[in-house]
Amino acid sequence: MSTTQQADSEDILGIAAGWLNQGETVALATVVETWGSSPRPAGSRLAVTKSGRLAGSVSGGCIEGAVADAAKQTMESGAPQLLDFGISDERAWEVGLACGGKLKVFVEKLG
Amino acid sequence: MKTAFLDRLLAARAAKRPVAVLTRLTDGEQLLFPEDAAPAELAAEAEAALAADAARNVTLGNAAWFIHPHNPPLRLIVVGAVHIAQALVPMALPLGFAVTVVDPRRAFATEERMGDRVAISTDWPDEAMTALAPDARTAVVTLTHDPKLDDPALEIALRSPAFYIGCLGSRRTHAKRVARLTEAGLTEAEIARIHAPVGLDIGAVTAPEIAVSILAQIVSARRGGPRKKQDP
Repeated sequence: MSTTQQADSEDILGIAAGWLNQGETVALATVVETWGSSPRPAGSRLAVTKSGRLAGSVSGGCIEGAVADAAKQTMESGAPQLLDFGISDERAWEVGLACGGKLKVFVEKLG
Repeated sequence: MKTAFLDRLLAARAAKRPVAVLTRLTDGEQLLFPEDAAPAELAAEAEAALAADAARNVTLGNAAWFIHPHNPPLRLIVVGAVHIAQALVPMALPLGFAVTVVDPRRAFATEERMGDRVAISTDWPDEAMTALAPDARTAVVTLTHDPKLDDPALEIALRSPAFYIGCLGSRRTHAKRVARLTEAGLTEAEIARIHAPVGLDIGAVTAPEIAVSILAQIVSARRGGPRKKQDP
């Protein structure tokens, strides 16, 4: 019997590791806490490269841009960040969640 | 996440070992449970997060920790490399299932028919099922509706902790199946675990539609659905 293979459509870690092996600078964003009707549960991941590649998601698309911006800072400084998003956020107009949810996202550099 | 840590995490996943990533959110310090020594309180939370298959947050002293469980993939065992299996298998993969198709009929159980992203076993179903040892993260679907293939697989599945067992066949076919399994010594409670006729009743007709109804029922069994409407 051949070995069972893992479905890979949600394997953001594997994709990020592949990018790292190609010499890309990579950051990983992970949803760590949600309140209300956030579309993606804690543990959801978004991988970002300095060159602009994206895989996965941390929301329904509402905050990916802001997370990618923060990821660029983390890739430069190496320092992780804990981001807060939600309707109470001052930047709600730019990056708020239309669903009314709130979430925290942890951003770290890979490698 | 440091390269060495990422490599250990990827190795654990490749070996299908359940692990949890413990991240201190104040500074990004990380531990891999259970390989790294962790304070007892964190270890207990990691154990619980793996059991619930859901991430959680813990405050230890003044530090917030994020507990991120990584369980091995769910498994789907399909008995019968039949037409419906050809529709079911490619739909199960993006849902996160590692799929094994069991069928001793070598004319059916081919990579050409099932694709190259599944494992194929041409062992007799009882031997195959014994080797596969369904656990609480495994769903089993029998599709041959040939008693000499389905029944031996079922006798093992029904005594396993598999979270879902479904059998293709009409109500009449199922009534006969219940009689045979009773005769074979399975208890009423064991037999009652079978979802038959298989799948949610959405009036499915074609093979892909039946595959959707089966997978919807499997997701429902796993997620504890249907979800109750919340009060406004």
